[in-house]
Amino acid sequence: MSDPLDDLIDAAARALDLPVEPEWKAAVKANLAVTLRLGRQVAEFSLPDEAEPAPMFVA
Amino acid sequence: MDLTWSSANAVACAVQDGQTSAHDVIAATLRRIAENNTALNAFTATVAQRALARAAAIDGARQRGERLGPLAGVPFAVKNLFDIAGLPTVAGSKINRDRAPAERDAPLIERLEAAGAVLVGALNMGEYAYDFTGENVHDGNARNPHDLARMTGGSSSGSGGAVAGGLVPLALGSDTNGSIRVPCSFCGIFGLKPTYGRLTRARSFPFVSSLDHLGPFARSVYDLALSYDAMQGYDADDPACVDRPPEPTAPLIGRGSDGLRIAVASGYFRKGAFSEALTAVERVAKALGATREVEIPEAARARAAAYVITATEGAALHLDRLRTRARDFDPAVRDRLIAGAMVPAALVNQAQKFRRWYRARVLELFKDVDAIIAPSTPCTAPLIGQQTFVLDGVEMAVRPNLGVYTQPISFIGLPVAAVPVPLEPLPIGVQIVAAPWREDVTLRIAHALERAGAAAAPKPKRET
Repeated sequence: MSDPLDDLIDAAARALDLPVEPEWKAAVKANLAVTLRLGRQVAEFSLPDEAEPAPMFVA
Repeated sequence: MDLTWSSANAVACAVQDGQTSAHDVIAATLRRIAENNTALNAFTATVAQRALARAAAIDGARQRGERLGPLAGVPFAVKNLFDIAGLPTVAGSKINRDRAPAERDAPLIERLEAAGAVLVGALNMGEYAYDFTGENVHDGNARNPHDLARMTGGSSSGSGGAVAGGLVPLALGSDTNGSIRVPCSFCGIFGLKPTYGRLTRARSFPFVSSLDHLGPFARSVYDLALSYDAMQGYDADDPACVDRPPEPTAPLIGRGSDGLRIAVASGYFRKGAFSEALTAVERVAKALGATREVEIPEAARARAAAYVITATEGAALHLDRLRTRARDFDPAVRDRLIAGAMVPAALVNQAQKFRRWYRARVLELFKDVDAIIAPSTPCTAPLIGQQTFVLDGVEMAVRPNLGVYTQPISFIGLPVAAVPVPLEPLPIGVQIVAAPWREDVTLRIAHALERAGAAAAPKPKRET
């Protein structure tokens, strides 16, 4: 069974036209795993639907 | 005069009074750089001809009886992500060496030179500022003046090494997640990360626009204040620069810390720290009589959000270079940037929403306190190349953990004075954090600590 993170890296690399050499993949995967874990930590925090992102465009 | 450890202010006073000439100061500085840079690897370029011409102009102005600026004849250098007219802005990379030479200096260089300072060169840095170590595969690792086998910290590695090594009394660097405060900690010098939007970043190579700050490094607090004051002012060329009148700090720092409510950050900022970091915070708190503690809410999540925004904004900046020149990156930087390009946008947006929530909560704290003390780094300078350290029996990766205490603070742009505590055998830094636009508070407290001897830039024992 394939690893979902490997699948994501392969698909994203193709979609974004990013070269990921086989010897780079382990490090990319390790970094992506850390970033997604930290991203989940942020996303778990409940915020109201009305919460504004920090950067605000001013017309 | 002994330039190896003179303050910028002492140099300027000596030039203003005619005790020495700007030419002699700059010539001696260039000689010291030539003699010592092989060991420290702090400079990646010098601009000798330009610096000597500038010095001659200052000496000429003095001879004509003109009033000289507050930084007259003070040599300074900048992280090589600042534009310097005539040089490509390499930003620690191999790829940017192909850029056309910059046509004009960065405005912060122009402002320091308008105050009489003299640019002498460009400084080493971690590639594209995505670094806390000071290691660079293209230009070689910057080395810590207190122990050449150890890291300077990054990414403003040369800024830390050049000031701590006595090559220049003043340097500029950038701080996205801690890149001023980490090298200040490892190299044992003072630094100022101003409020986000205070100092213009125009004509500097970016990393994470929503988190990038620029600021000074020095061996005294007064030098930080003098240089910071000279660099303040609105600049329409940086969209993040806030149109706010300059608020000079140098006249205020002598007021000391009396009347200021100072608390020590607890919780997150005590976890994962080596005893040296906790000792440094204790010494600073004791010197200030700060007994109160305050918990910065959700600091771990703030650090996580800063990490996500950094990875993704950094990836967006470099996406085209990752497609076309991936092999020319430092592999450690490239692999993180590629991973950052693959993070779902929903997580980034959530991180930016959390940022606003966190800002509001932390600003609440400043209703009851004027400043918060926290460690700058969890440890003193690790060995160059060191991958892990052991804390409480747990092996942890060095690289990602060097910024754990700096990231939750810069995430919301708070001003920080980084002060060095001269522990043996190596110094370590403490952050003095204040509410937005209160650089004066951070510098007053830093100056009080300097006067009390609790904070000082220790002179390296090795001869440089």
